[in-house]
Amino acid sequence: MKYVRFWRGLDRATQASIAALVLLTVGAVLVPAVASHDPIAIGDVITRRLLPPLSRDPAGALHVLGTDRFGRDLFVRMMLAGRLSLAVGIVGSVLAAAAGSAIGAVAGWRGGIIDRVAMAAADTMLAVPRLVLLLVCAALWQPGITTVVVVLAATGWMGVARMIRAEVAAARVRPYVEAARALGVPGGRALWRHVLPNAIGPAIVATTLGVGSAVMLESGLSFLGLGIQPPAPSWGNMIASGRDVIVSAPWVALAPGLALIVTVVAATLLGDAWRDRIAGDVPVVASRGLSERA
Amino acid sequence: MVVRRVAGAAVLFWLVVTLVFALVRLAPGDPTVFLVPPSATPVEVERLRANLGLDRPVAVQYARWAAALLRGDMGESFALRQTVSRALADAAPISIGLGLASLLLTFAIGVPLGLLQASTRGRATDRATTVVTAAVFAAPTFWLALALVAVFTYGAATLGLPSALRLPALGIHTPGLSLSGWTAAADVARHAILPVVTLTAIGAAGVARYARHNFVDLLELDFVRAARARGASRSRVLARHVTANALPGLVVLFALTLPGVVAGSVFVESVFAWPGLGRLTLSAIAARDYPVVLGASIWYAAAVILANLAADLALPLLDPRQRQVTR
Repeated sequence: MKYVRFWRGLDRATQASIAALVLLTVGAVLVPAVASHDPIAIGDVITRRLLPPLSRDPAGALHVLGTDRFGRDLFVRMMLAGRLSLAVGIVGSVLAAAAGSAIGAVAGWRGGIIDRVAMAAADTMLAVPRLVLLLVCAALWQPGITTVVVVLAATGWMGVARMIRAEVAAARVRPYVEAARALGVPGGRALWRHVLPNAIGPAIVATTLGVGSAVMLESGLSFLGLGIQPPAPSWGNMIASGRDVIVSAPWVALAPGLALIVTVVAATLLGDAWRDRIAGDVPVVASRGLSERA
Repeated sequence: MVVRRVAGAAVLFWLVVTLVFALVRLAPGDPTVFLVPPSATPVEVERLRANLGLDRPVAVQYARWAAALLRGDMGESFALRQTVSRALADAAPISIGLGLASLLLTFAIGVPLGLLQASTRGRATDRATTVVTAAVFAAPTFWLALALVAVFTYGAATLGLPSALRLPALGIHTPGLSLSGWTAAADVARHAILPVVTLTAIGAAGVARYARHNFVDLLELDFVRAARARGASRSRVLARHVTANALPGLVVLFALTLPGVVAGSVFVESVFAWPGLGRLTLSAIAARDYPVVLGASIWYAAAVILANLAADLALPLLDPRQRQVTR
């Protein structure tokens, strides 16, 4: 009952975003498991390759988004790719926010030289476009899922760190913190139990918005061959694999982008709605704003 | 004040240079593997490493490289048989031209769009344009670029576009033709349409998103109501009162948009096969051409830092409230 009331209280855009993300997640988990088309194995290439969307193969099976050059169904593959793309995006964004919160909290709480070093590091990394940082890092280490996640976290912590630092530094001198310290609460515990819960709202907003960026940046790296490697499908490397048939069979490259766009729009709308809910004192331009994309 | 800002930017630039150097040199992988034939003996590989200075300790490499950088010398490319400065100078005009054209159009379209959305807030115009800008801004650059290529190749063939609407989808000029003067420039301009449209569409969608937010906040302030109450027309209030107050926010937005254009141009140059900085960076990364990767990263960082510095210095000029009283 409580949940129904909560759901009804949301505006239409937020409801649609949640529904889209849930549908995509469920589809990514279930569709490859129950579909009759095998998304990885290469079957009868001659009769099935590069079928346009909504067409049937000689065996009579319908291909909603068409097939790729190996005759594999693009819809089932897109859903399989969603598993990796969504997981990498969410884990990358959460790790980045966790690292940023930890660094920002320590910097804001301790102040002094630690604060200055941490913020200089953040400023330095913010001065390089995130894509350039990602490219350099991803290209220098062995490409793969772990590399992408680590690199997303390593290049995404700065915005959250600066926000949390400002919140913690402001909260540190509030009376309730002084009261807790006067009652004998040790510093670490005061930070964890009293300061952080008051500072965590902006970090959650940044994480939600960050999922969209992370999904998009992962697809960009995979598109350039520096991210998730085939045969494991991700939305980015599926788009890349359709690149050389873009002139004759554009759906191979374009279809996987639809799931990607829906994911990014939904994550952005959810982040915006969340920001409006928590009194809206999170800066719109929380980090590098327009450069957090691919 | 100005001196402090400039000094801060210089220190930041040096930190970035050091960071990128550390990232590139501490990573695993040996660039000489790509430069020698498979038949090379270990002695020959060692001689090449010595020639490139890769046999020295990292600290020595950094000191030498930093000293050379101060003289404006970024070293020799491992793979291209030319200096890094030469390679960057050849590629930069293409990226700068593409970037500047897109940046100008981005603001020329994005800001009025944001103003339109804010002034019709909640109504059909605002809702429809907001849906479009959200979707365009959510599309990856390379996807939008490929979609445009598809429209003007596959689409032009299946739909039978009239010849005037057929745009060249790939490359920077028509291969096989030796054009000169204005016809050559016109040829490049025709090839530039799709790359510029791609960057502009995404940039304008992003700028509109932030500008709308900015304008919505402004429209609720008291001075807007006061101006309307004094009898100023809607359009005059927007043009004189709201826009003047929005300028500082737009200057900050400019500094934020520049790195986005940089990132976008990497993909646009890759998809449309334009030989600019983005393509140079990608091929240098693939070949572990350290000096070029370093040079290109420094170039990008310098552009971002300069844009931020320019925004910082311009703010007090545009917004009297930001001027500090100096004693």
